[in-house]
Amino acid sequence: MKSKLKLTEEEVKHIAKLANLPISAETIVKLKTDLSNILDLVNQLQKIDSQNVEPTNQVTKQENVFREDKVEKSLSQEEALSGATKKHNGYFQVGAVLEE
Amino acid sequence: MLLDASISELARGLRKRDFSSADLIKECYENIEKINPVVNALITVTDKDKALKNAREKDQQLNKSTSPLHGIPFVLKDAYVTKGIKTTAASKVLETYTPQYSATVYQKLLDAGAILVGKANMDAWGHGATSENTDFGPVKNPWDITRVAGGSTGGVAAAISTRMAAFGIGEDTGGSIRNPAAWCNITGLKVTYGRVSRYGCIAYASSFDTVGPMAKTVEDCALILQMVAGKDPRDATSSPQEVPVYAKTISEKTKEKIIGVPQELFNKDLHAEIKQSLLEAIKLFEKLGYKIKDISMSMISYGIPVYYLIAPSETSSNLARYDGIRFGLGRANFTRETMRRIMIGTYALSAGYYDAYYKKAQQVRTLFIKEYDKALTECDVLLMPVTPIPPTKIGETTNDPIKNWLIDVFTVTQNPVGVPSLALPCGFTGTNLPIGLQIVGKMFSESLIFQIGHAYQQASRWHLRRPNIIK
Repeated sequence: MKSKLKLTEEEVKHIAKLANLPISAETIVKLKTDLSNILDLVNQLQKIDSQNVEPTNQVTKQENVFREDKVEKSLSQEEALSGATKKHNGYFQVGAVLEE
Repeated sequence: MLLDASISELARGLRKRDFSSADLIKECYENIEKINPVVNALITVTDKDKALKNAREKDQQLNKSTSPLHGIPFVLKDAYVTKGIKTTAASKVLETYTPQYSATVYQKLLDAGAILVGKANMDAWGHGATSENTDFGPVKNPWDITRVAGGSTGGVAAAISTRMAAFGIGEDTGGSIRNPAAWCNITGLKVTYGRVSRYGCIAYASSFDTVGPMAKTVEDCALILQMVAGKDPRDATSSPQEVPVYAKTISEKTKEKIIGVPQELFNKDLHAEIKQSLLEAIKLFEKLGYKIKDISMSMISYGIPVYYLIAPSETSSNLARYDGIRFGLGRANFTRETMRRIMIGTYALSAGYYDAYYKKAQQVRTLFIKEYDKALTECDVLLMPVTPIPPTKIGETTNDPIKNWLIDVFTVTQNPVGVPSLALPCGFTGTNLPIGLQIVGKMFSESLIFQIGHAYQQASRWHLRRPNIIK
């Protein structure tokens, strides 16, 4: 008998906070079901014996791909700022992080 | 129609002055104007007058040393940044984004003389198998416009199928080139991981993403790959392995090569007509002199959980950069499907769950690599269906995310392992819906899989059939 893993609304809210996703209460309820179903699917992996198996992170067989520490041409300040709606004196304007 | 011809036929025709690049561009825009409002393949169409002017310049410059792609029109999945041309990844988040730099693959194609005519619709960020997870309306299948074109590179596949361009560049993370190629009756290649630079490709899952050609024939894909493969200092994962001259060896005889057929894939979940087409293809390969070997790959059924843990984890990290501050709009604009993937990934990587989910999946990934190693030692290549079912109806899977994910069952294991796979047409259902097969090889075996795929296309006509919508 498979026990169905159910996420709580609190857990879903926590994940949304970690993921920096602004979601409404209504969406949280819908996502609770969606994510619980997905976890059921991916939990199948627990059936596999992977003791002492090394994880694989990438398949290039390359390591430490470096370049010379030389300054190369990049974007101009104007190009870098071209997509921002809130700018000020050549800076990106962001929400306040520090309080007075 | 001029664009019914393959790239090598077009290249010959241009050099013989049977027609001009301007003629090709005119035909593209005629097809785009007539058919794009119906199939919705392209999000952005480049300026027609500029493209014509460019084509006339290309006609002037054409000579013995210009590449086969010189003067040839193409489209790019809208996941590739193109300097000065809107790039959206089919998401509202990037609706206002105009890139200030270009993807390596785009630059290489421009340097080869090819002409961009459009940026193609797709599942946003690569998240999907039907090109319905887009903020720009679904891509309709040119073979039946009540059905989906496949995904996530549905727009490119639909555009090539309806002769809006001669070729395109797609992106394959778990089947996103192969699925729409199969569902739109074209040819598409998931390259070996690292074969083509990912610089400028909007990332989905960085250890799975591949940049690959899509066109009407295997030979076309070989010509395109020639121009875009190779090491790029801007992509640290790109491979230093030499790029063979694929076109030179593509017609070499490869008889006696062993084609392995994993038996587990031909079970009750495989649509009967798809199974039938694959069995007929096997007979044709035998006739062509290949040896067929039935093998077992029992891990394949775990492909979906492995993929749908690692890919969402990587995407949760890659999509963290979209903050709406430096460019684009805010994170509330992600679709629900994209939010699902970001959140599953975030959960799998979070404290307390990392070992049981992400790490576990990466361990099973190692077991997949071993299983493919074993299969590709006993055999030279593997033959598999591309999808378990024919193209779904529009809306059929949008309320059932898991059903949508299961479409990927045959295409999600190659990316975690890194092996290349060529998808090509091998038949049709009784209702004229395309069916594709895939030829999977060892890493960097593109030359061999091109040879086998090309031999199949020389002996079959499936890839020549045209959708009624262009008649």
